[in-house]
Amino acid sequence: MQYLLMIYNNEAGTAAAPAEGVQKMNAAYLAYTEAMNKAGVVRGGNRLRPTSEATTVRVKDGKSQVLDGPYADTKEQLAGFFLIDVPDLDAAISWASKCPGASTGTMEVRPIWQMSA
Amino acid sequence: MIQDAARDAAEDIARRSYGKLVAYLSARTRDVAAAEDALAEAFAAALADWPANGIPQNPEAWLLAVARRKAIDVARRRRTGEEQAGHLQMIHDEVEAAAAGASDIPDERLALMFACAHPAIDAAIRAPLILQTVLGFDASTIASAFLIAPATMGQRLSRAKNKIREAGIPFRVPEREELPERLDAVLAAIYAAFAEGWTDPAGTEARRRNLAEEGIWLGRLVVSLMPDEPEALGLLALMLFAEARRAARRDANGEYVPLADQDTPAWGAVMIDQAEALLRHAGTMNTVGRYQLEAAVQSAHVVRRLTGAADWAAIEQLYDALHALTGSPVVAINRAVAVGETEGPAAGLAQLDALADDARLADYQPYWAARATLLARTGDTATAASAYDRAIGLESDPAVRRFLQARRSALEN
Repeated sequence: MQYLLMIYNNEAGTAAAPAEGVQKMNAAYLAYTEAMNKAGVVRGGNRLRPTSEATTVRVKDGKSQVLDGPYADTKEQLAGFFLIDVPDLDAAISWASKCPGASTGTMEVRPIWQMSA
Repeated sequence: MIQDAARDAAEDIARRSYGKLVAYLSARTRDVAAAEDALAEAFAAALADWPANGIPQNPEAWLLAVARRKAIDVARRRRTGEEQAGHLQMIHDEVEAAAAGASDIPDERLALMFACAHPAIDAAIRAPLILQTVLGFDASTIASAFLIAPATMGQRLSRAKNKIREAGIPFRVPEREELPERLDAVLAAIYAAFAEGWTDPAGTEARRRNLAEEGIWLGRLVVSLMPDEPEALGLLALMLFAEARRAARRDANGEYVPLADQDTPAWGAVMIDQAEALLRHAGTMNTVGRYQLEAAVQSAHVVRRLTGAADWAAIEQLYDALHALTGSPVVAINRAVAVGETEGPAAGLAQLDALADDARLADYQPYWAARATLLARTGDTATAASAYDRAIGLESDPAVRRFLQARRSALEN
């Protein structure tokens, strides 16, 4: 099954981190990504730019409404994601718990909707 | 008459086989709801068929064969294309394999219970889910036992089953390293079912009383499938100790009788002996846990039937160990009560005073009842009376309320 692992973090905290901390975190993510690649489970993933650079779009009465900012103002913000393919939820939870983001914020694990052929 | 016999046979099989068949049918597809639907129809078909044609030689295999046809129908309705073909093939293969060795349908109820008590399932719905999938309780019976509206219970159950299916919750007994934590969730769900039944002391609500028996039945099932898990043994022992004292909690007039005043011949000796044996077996494995400690506390209480007195020194030590393990304020209250017995009421009160800052205890009846009892023993009648008032105001059981009121009036004499 495919799962999306969503990494939620406090952006302000990330932005204020000292250079040494950033370096350590980057190294941790590199090692994590490497481990997932070696296990052959990763199907995609990326880090996202902060929500200050987000734009929200919705169409109402045929007119686009474009707004500055993220969809929801939350304490922690979506900071990145991985798409993985593993046998079951336990395996997905296990990978989520190994993500460096799990120790600094919250991981959300969502199964991908299986489209019928 | 034949109809009755067939009905009884079907019900007997339902009782013994239901969970096994649900577990078997849903283990590969993760589709608990479809398995339940298919089995409901299979049992209905059995009730129609067996009175006319006799009970088949292997009723489980008969039910499985009918359920399989129904499951395929359900899968056809729900799925399409390649996915359906795979799904149907899986059901087909499994059922064929089972029919070949029909007398030996693998018992996957444990895997089913681990799926129901998975950490990704809301903790409050785990016990109802196990009662439904393993024992075949309908949502309205479970709802009335857990004092929840039937429609709400139905929605929560189907949401949980949907999550098992769509989120890919596995049907398996977890690996060694994560087993203790995961088993604890299964045991907690079983204990929650038992506790719902146990909280009906008058035994007037048949459904809730049954729930205590079903809890014990599930406890026995886990022990039979995992005979060397000390905490599973501990939980079964704990439930048996408690159940043995069920009748003794009320006198002939329906009045509350506290543990210390219970008539020991009214305790179920057979159940207590079983509990003691289970606890001894658990003890040989040298892994202490919450349920074993709580069962051991019960054992130290019921030793009164042999020695004439509860072993308060042991009870205090056991609550020390439990408190170190759980940090629970409820355990701390019980420990204070034990200290009140071993070192006197002033020492017990000092321990309760240490808890006074915990806001959770402000409306917790046992805290105030324990305080009142210890204060009464120190002779501080006025403070005891006001503690009794707090306890009386927080009690919902009328028999316990009358008991506390009687104790409070006795202060004045």
